[in-house]
Amino acid sequence: MTTASTQTVADGLVIDGVEFGSRLIMGTGGAPSLDGLGAALLASGTELTTVAMRRYSPTETGSLFQLLVDHGIRVLPNTAGCFTAKDAVMTAELAREALETDWVKLEVIADEQTLLPDAVELVDATEKLVDRGFKVFAYTNDDPVLALRLENLGATAVMPLGAPIGTGLGILNPHNIELIVSRASVPVVLDAGIGTASDAALAMELGCDAVLLATAVTRAQNPVQMGEAFKHAVIAGRLAKQAGRIPRREHALASSAMEGRAEFL
Amino acid sequence: MKIKLNGEDHTLSNGASVTTLVSHITGRDVDSKGQAADGRKIGVAVARNSEVVPRSQWAATALAEGDELEIVTAVQGG
Repeated sequence: MTTASTQTVADGLVIDGVEFGSRLIMGTGGAPSLDGLGAALLASGTELTTVAMRRYSPTETGSLFQLLVDHGIRVLPNTAGCFTAKDAVMTAELAREALETDWVKLEVIADEQTLLPDAVELVDATEKLVDRGFKVFAYTNDDPVLALRLENLGATAVMPLGAPIGTGLGILNPHNIELIVSRASVPVVLDAGIGTASDAALAMELGCDAVLLATAVTRAQNPVQMGEAFKHAVIAGRLAKQAGRIPRREHALASSAMEGRAEFL
Repeated sequence: MKIKLNGEDHTLSNGASVTTLVSHITGRDVDSKGQAADGRKIGVAVARNSEVVPRSQWAATALAEGDELEIVTAVQGG
Protein backbone atom coordinates (compact mmCIF):
# COMPACT_ATOMS: atom_id res chain seq x y z
CA MET A 1 0.00 0.00 0.00
CA THR A 2 1.26 3.44 -0.82
CA THR A 3 0.69 5.77 2.07
CA ALA A 4 0.99 9.50 1.93
CA SER A 5 4.16 9.44 3.99
CA THR A 6 6.01 6.88 1.85
CA GLN A 7 4.84 8.74 -1.23
CA THR A 8 6.53 11.95 -0.11
CA VAL A 9 9.79 10.18 0.67
CA ALA A 10 9.86 8.60 -2.80
CA ASP A 11 8.84 11.91 -4.33
CA GLY A 12 11.22 14.27 -2.62
CA LEU A 13 11.83 17.85 -3.58
CA VAL A 14 15.35 18.40 -4.88
CA ILE A 15 16.80 21.90 -4.82
CA ASP A 16 20.44 22.52 -5.70
CA GLY A 17 21.14 18.82 -5.17
CA VAL A 18 19.60 18.74 -1.68
CA GLU A 19 16.61 16.46 -1.19
CA PHE A 20 13.69 17.33 1.08
CA GLY A 21 10.97 14.91 2.17
CA SER A 22 8.49 17.78 2.61
CA ARG A 23 7.34 20.19 -0.05
CA LEU A 24 6.22 22.70 2.55
CA ILE A 25 8.68 25.53 3.16
CA MET A 26 7.84 27.58 6.22
CA GLY A 27 8.50 31.16 7.17
CA THR A 28 8.91 32.15 10.79
CA GLY A 29 7.40 35.65 10.86
CA GLY A 30 4.46 36.49 13.07
CA ALA A 31 4.84 33.82 15.76
CA PRO A 32 4.35 35.20 19.29
CA SER A 33 6.93 32.89 20.89
CA LEU A 34 9.87 30.71 19.87
CA ASP A 35 8.40 27.67 21.67
CA GLY A 36 5.08 28.01 19.87
CA LEU A 37 6.88 28.49 16.60
CA GLY A 38 8.96 25.34 17.13
CA ALA A 39 5.83 23.28 17.81
CA ALA A 40 4.08 24.60 14.70
CA LEU A 41 7.14 23.94 12.53
CA LEU A 42 7.37 20.37 13.80
CA ALA A 43 3.64 19.79 13.16
CA SER A 44 4.02 21.11 9.60
CA GLY A 45 6.77 18.60 8.81
CA THR A 46 8.82 21.30 7.10
CA GLU A 47 12.51 20.68 6.44
CA LEU A 48 13.36 24.16 5.13
CA THR A 49 12.48 27.42 6.84
CA THR A 50 13.16 31.09 6.18
CA VAL A 51 14.57 33.61 8.64
CA ALA A 52 15.23 37.34 8.42
CA MET A 53 18.52 39.06 9.29
CA ARG A 54 18.40 41.85 11.87
CA ARG A 55 20.67 43.55 14.40
CA TYR A 56 21.79 41.25 17.20
CA SER A 57 20.09 42.03 20.47
CA PRO A 58 21.67 40.67 23.69
CA THR A 59 18.28 40.83 25.44
CA GLU A 60 16.68 38.43 22.97
CA THR A 61 16.02 35.12 24.72
CA GLY A 62 16.77 31.99 22.74
CA SER A 63 18.22 31.67 19.27
CA LEU A 64 15.96 31.01 16.31
CA PHE A 65 18.93 29.67 14.34
CA GLN A 66 19.76 27.21 17.12
CA LEU A 67 16.10 26.13 17.32
CA LEU A 68 16.11 25.27 13.59
CA VAL A 69 19.48 23.51 13.84
CA ASP A 70 18.20 21.49 16.83
CA HIS A 71 15.09 20.40 14.89
CA GLY A 72 17.15 19.43 11.83
CA ILE A 73 15.45 22.11 9.73
CA ARG A 74 17.60 23.74 7.06
CA VAL A 75 17.67 27.51 7.21
CA LEU A 76 16.91 29.76 4.25
CA PRO A 77 17.83 33.38 5.05
CA ASN A 78 15.82 36.07 3.31
CA THR A 79 16.43 39.69 2.41
CA ALA A 80 13.10 40.89 3.79
CA GLY A 81 12.96 44.63 4.26
CA CYS A 82 15.34 45.42 1.39
CA PHE A 83 14.15 47.99 -1.16
CA THR A 84 17.25 48.04 -3.36
CA ALA A 85 19.56 45.50 -4.98
CA LYS A 86 22.46 47.03 -3.03
CA ASP A 87 20.80 46.40 0.35
CA ALA A 88 19.74 42.91 -0.69
CA VAL A 89 23.29 41.95 -1.71
CA MET A 90 24.69 43.25 1.59
CA THR A 91 22.03 41.39 3.58
CA ALA A 92 22.72 38.18 1.64
CA GLU A 93 26.46 38.51 2.32
CA LEU A 94 25.79 38.91 6.05
CA ALA A 95 23.41 35.95 6.05
CA ARG A 96 26.01 33.78 4.30
CA GLU A 97 28.54 34.61 6.99
CA ALA A 98 26.16 34.28 9.93
CA LEU A 99 24.35 31.11 8.91
CA GLU A 100 27.02 29.44 6.77
CA THR A 101 24.80 28.92 3.73
CA ASP A 102 24.94 30.35 0.22
CA TRP A 103 21.19 29.90 -0.20
CA VAL A 104 19.18 33.10 -0.06
CA LYS A 105 15.53 33.95 -0.54
CA LEU A 106 15.80 37.19 -2.46
CA GLU A 107 13.12 39.71 -1.60
CA VAL A 108 13.40 43.21 -3.00
CA ILE A 109 10.27 45.10 -2.14
CA ALA A 110 8.92 48.16 -3.96
CA ASP A 111 6.91 49.76 -1.14
CA GLU A 112 5.50 48.97 2.27
CA GLN A 113 1.88 49.24 1.24
CA THR A 114 1.91 46.41 -1.30
CA LEU A 115 5.15 44.63 -0.34
CA LEU A 116 5.24 43.64 -4.02
CA PRO A 117 8.62 42.81 -5.58
CA ASP A 118 10.36 45.60 -7.48
CA ALA A 119 11.06 43.81 -10.76
CA VAL A 120 13.96 46.04 -11.83
CA GLU A 121 15.84 45.79 -8.53
CA LEU A 122 15.03 42.07 -8.33
CA VAL A 123 16.62 41.37 -11.71
CA ASP A 124 19.67 43.46 -10.79
CA ALA A 125 20.08 41.74 -7.41
CA THR A 126 19.65 38.26 -8.90
CA GLU A 127 22.42 38.94 -11.39
CA LYS A 128 24.78 40.28 -8.71
CA LEU A 129 24.10 37.47 -6.23
CA VAL A 130 24.48 34.71 -8.84
CA ASP A 131 27.83 36.33 -9.77
CA ARG A 132 28.89 36.13 -6.13
CA GLY A 133 28.10 32.43 -5.93
CA PHE A 134 24.75 32.60 -4.15
CA LYS A 135 21.93 30.13 -4.79
CA VAL A 136 19.12 32.58 -5.38
CA PHE A 137 15.51 31.74 -4.52
CA ALA A 138 13.85 34.67 -6.21
CA TYR A 139 10.60 35.94 -4.72
CA THR A 140 8.81 37.35 -7.73
CA ASN A 141 5.55 38.70 -9.06
CA ASP A 142 3.23 36.16 -10.72
CA ASP A 143 4.64 37.29 -14.06
CA PRO A 144 5.64 34.44 -16.41
CA VAL A 145 8.01 36.70 -18.36
CA LEU A 146 9.86 37.90 -15.26
CA ALA A 147 10.00 34.39 -13.79
CA LEU A 148 11.68 33.04 -16.90
CA ARG A 149 14.08 35.97 -16.97
CA LEU A 150 15.13 35.27 -13.37
CA GLU A 151 15.70 31.62 -14.23
CA ASN A 152 17.83 32.60 -17.22
CA LEU A 153 19.90 34.85 -14.97
CA GLY A 154 20.75 31.78 -12.90
CA ALA A 155 18.12 31.70 -10.14
CA THR A 156 18.08 28.34 -8.35
CA ALA A 157 14.32 28.53 -7.78
CA VAL A 158 11.60 31.00 -8.69
CA MET A 159 8.99 31.88 -6.10
CA PRO A 160 5.94 33.60 -7.59
CA LEU A 161 3.45 35.12 -5.18
CA GLY A 162 -0.13 33.89 -4.93
CA ALA A 163 -1.25 37.23 -3.47
CA PRO A 164 0.52 40.04 -1.57
CA ILE A 165 2.40 39.01 1.59
CA GLY A 166 0.21 38.43 4.62
CA THR A 167 -3.13 38.96 2.83
CA GLY A 168 -4.32 35.37 2.88
CA LEU A 169 -6.13 36.02 -0.40
CA GLY A 170 -4.93 32.73 -1.90
CA ILE A 171 -3.85 32.39 -5.51
CA LEU A 172 -5.22 35.37 -7.41
CA ASN A 173 -3.98 34.36 -10.84
CA PRO A 174 -3.87 30.57 -11.13
CA HIS A 175 -3.44 30.80 -14.89
CA ASN A 176 -0.19 32.74 -14.54
CA ILE A 177 1.12 30.29 -11.94
CA GLU A 178 0.37 27.40 -14.33
CA LEU A 179 2.14 29.26 -17.13
CA ILE A 180 5.20 29.89 -14.95
CA VAL A 181 5.31 26.20 -14.02
CA SER A 182 4.93 25.02 -17.62
CA ARG A 183 7.93 27.05 -18.81
CA ALA A 184 10.26 26.66 -15.82
CA SER A 185 13.11 24.19 -15.59
CA VAL A 186 14.01 25.19 -12.03
CA PRO A 187 11.76 24.48 -9.01
CA VAL A 188 8.73 26.78 -8.71
CA VAL A 189 7.69 27.61 -5.16
CA LEU A 190 4.36 29.34 -4.58
CA ASP A 191 5.21 31.99 -2.04
CA ALA A 192 2.98 34.46 -0.19
CA GLY A 193 -0.75 35.06 -0.04
CA ILE A 194 -1.70 31.59 1.20
CA GLY A 195 -4.64 31.79 3.63
CA THR A 196 -5.65 28.24 4.35
CA ALA A 197 -4.90 24.62 3.49
CA SER A 198 -6.90 24.48 0.24
CA ASP A 199 -4.78 27.35 -1.19
CA ALA A 200 -1.65 25.24 -0.71
CA ALA A 201 -3.33 22.19 -2.25
CA LEU A 202 -4.30 24.33 -5.26
CA ALA A 203 -0.71 25.54 -5.67
CA MET A 204 0.47 21.94 -5.85
CA GLU A 205 -2.36 21.01 -8.24
CA LEU A 206 -1.23 23.83 -10.52
CA GLY A 207 2.13 22.08 -10.68
CA CYS A 208 4.23 24.04 -8.20
CA ASP A 209 7.12 22.07 -6.71
CA ALA A 210 6.62 23.46 -3.21
CA VAL A 211 4.71 26.04 -1.19
CA LEU A 212 6.14 28.67 1.14
CA LEU A 213 3.99 30.27 3.83
CA ALA A 214 4.29 31.80 7.27
CA THR A 215 1.40 34.01 8.35
CA ALA A 216 -1.27 31.41 7.54
CA VAL A 217 0.24 29.20 10.26
CA THR A 218 1.85 31.60 12.72
CA ARG A 219 -1.22 33.84 13.01
CA ALA A 220 -3.82 31.04 12.84
CA GLN A 221 -5.90 30.60 15.99
CA ASN A 222 -4.24 27.21 16.44
CA PRO A 223 -0.84 27.33 14.69
CA VAL A 224 0.11 23.72 15.49
CA GLN A 225 -3.11 22.34 14.03
CA MET A 226 -2.84 24.64 11.00
CA GLY A 227 0.75 23.50 10.48
CA GLU A 228 -0.45 19.93 10.35
CA ALA A 229 -3.29 20.90 7.98
CA PHE A 230 -0.75 22.39 5.56
CA LYS A 231 1.41 19.29 5.77
CA HIS A 232 -1.51 17.20 4.49
CA ALA A 233 -2.67 19.84 1.99
CA VAL A 234 0.67 19.93 0.21
CA ILE A 235 0.80 16.13 0.05
CA ALA A 236 -2.81 15.95 -1.20
CA GLY A 237 -2.26 18.59 -3.87
CA ARG A 238 0.89 16.88 -5.10
CA LEU A 239 -0.81 13.48 -5.27
CA ALA A 240 -3.78 14.95 -7.11
CA LYS A 241 -1.51 16.64 -9.65
CA GLN A 242 0.34 13.41 -10.29
CA ALA A 243 -2.87 11.37 -10.41
CA GLY A 244 -4.23 13.52 -13.25
CA ARG A 245 -7.52 15.27 -12.70
CA ILE A 246 -10.57 14.75 -14.89
CA PRO A 247 -11.20 17.35 -17.57
CA ARG A 248 -13.76 20.05 -16.82
CA ARG A 249 -17.01 19.52 -18.75
CA GLU A 250 -19.86 21.80 -19.57
CA HIS A 251 -22.59 19.21 -19.01
CA ALA A 252 -23.18 16.41 -16.55
CA LEU A 253 -21.72 12.97 -17.17
CA ALA A 254 -23.47 10.09 -15.42
CA SER A 255 -21.14 7.88 -13.47
CA SER A 256 -23.70 5.04 -13.39
CA ALA A 257 -24.44 3.12 -16.60
CA MET A 258 -27.83 3.80 -18.20
CA GLU A 259 -28.06 0.23 -19.59
CA GLY A 260 -29.62 -2.56 -17.52
CA ARG A 261 -31.97 -0.36 -15.57
CA ALA A 262 -35.06 -2.09 -14.17
CA GLU A 263 -38.28 -1.05 -15.85
CA PHE A 264 -41.31 -0.03 -13.87
CA LEU A 265 -44.86 0.23 -15.12
CA MET B 1 38.42 54.00 21.73
CA LYS B 2 34.90 54.84 20.69
CA ILE B 3 33.01 52.88 18.06
CA LYS B 4 29.41 52.63 16.94
CA LEU B 5 27.77 49.24 17.27
CA ASN B 6 24.33 48.69 15.74
CA GLY B 7 23.82 52.44 15.80
CA GLU B 8 24.85 52.99 19.45
CA ASP B 9 28.06 54.35 20.97
CA HIS B 10 30.40 51.87 22.65
CA THR B 11 33.80 52.26 24.27
CA LEU B 12 36.32 49.47 23.76
CA SER B 13 39.90 48.99 24.86
CA ASN B 14 42.47 49.97 22.24
CA GLY B 15 43.46 47.17 19.89
CA ALA B 16 40.25 45.20 20.40
CA SER B 17 39.55 42.81 17.53
CA VAL B 18 36.26 41.81 15.98
CA THR B 19 36.55 38.57 17.94
CA THR B 20 36.80 40.54 21.21
CA LEU B 21 33.71 42.52 20.29
CA VAL B 22 31.62 39.51 19.21
CA SER B 23 32.61 37.63 22.34
CA HIS B 24 31.75 40.63 24.51
CA ILE B 25 28.35 41.21 22.89
CA THR B 26 27.21 37.59 22.72
CA GLY B 27 28.75 36.60 26.06
CA ARG B 28 30.36 33.55 24.47
CA ASP B 29 33.98 32.58 23.90
CA VAL B 30 34.94 32.72 20.24
CA ASP B 31 37.91 30.80 18.84
CA SER B 32 40.46 31.99 16.29
CA LYS B 33 38.35 30.60 13.41
CA GLY B 34 35.34 32.69 14.46
CA GLN B 35 33.36 29.78 15.89
CA ALA B 36 31.85 29.62 19.37
CA ALA B 37 34.09 27.67 21.73
CA ASP B 38 31.05 25.81 23.14
CA GLY B 39 30.65 24.05 19.77
CA ARG B 40 27.18 25.47 19.11
CA LYS B 41 26.49 27.82 16.22
CA ILE B 42 27.20 31.45 16.97
CA GLY B 43 24.97 32.57 14.11
CA VAL B 44 26.09 36.19 13.78
CA ALA B 45 27.79 38.17 11.04
CA VAL B 46 29.76 41.38 11.28
CA ALA B 47 29.99 44.34 8.94
CA ARG B 48 32.65 46.95 9.59
CA ASN B 49 32.16 50.29 7.87
CA SER B 50 29.68 48.61 5.49
CA GLU B 51 32.07 45.77 4.55
CA VAL B 52 31.40 42.20 5.68
CA VAL B 53 34.23 40.83 7.83
CA PRO B 54 34.46 37.06 7.16
CA ARG B 55 34.56 35.08 10.42
CA SER B 56 38.00 33.73 9.44
CA GLN B 57 39.23 37.35 9.62
CA TRP B 58 37.60 38.31 12.91
CA ALA B 59 40.69 37.60 15.02
CA ALA B 60 43.05 39.45 12.66
CA THR B 61 40.81 42.49 12.26
CA ALA B 62 41.66 45.19 14.78
CA LEU B 63 39.02 47.83 15.33
CA ALA B 64 39.82 51.52 15.03
CA GLU B 65 38.45 54.71 16.56
CA GLY B 66 35.21 55.74 14.88
CA ASP B 67 34.51 52.36 13.26
CA GLU B 68 30.89 51.63 12.55
CA LEU B 69 30.02 48.01 13.27
CA GLU B 70 26.87 46.06 12.57
CA ILE B 71 26.33 42.64 14.16
CA VAL B 72 23.33 40.78 12.76
CA THR B 73 21.66 37.46 13.43
CA ALA B 74 18.70 35.39 12.28
CA VAL B 75 15.31 36.50 13.58
CA GLN B 76 11.75 35.48 12.79
CA GLY B 77 10.67 36.57 9.35
CA GLY B 78 9.61 35.65 5.87
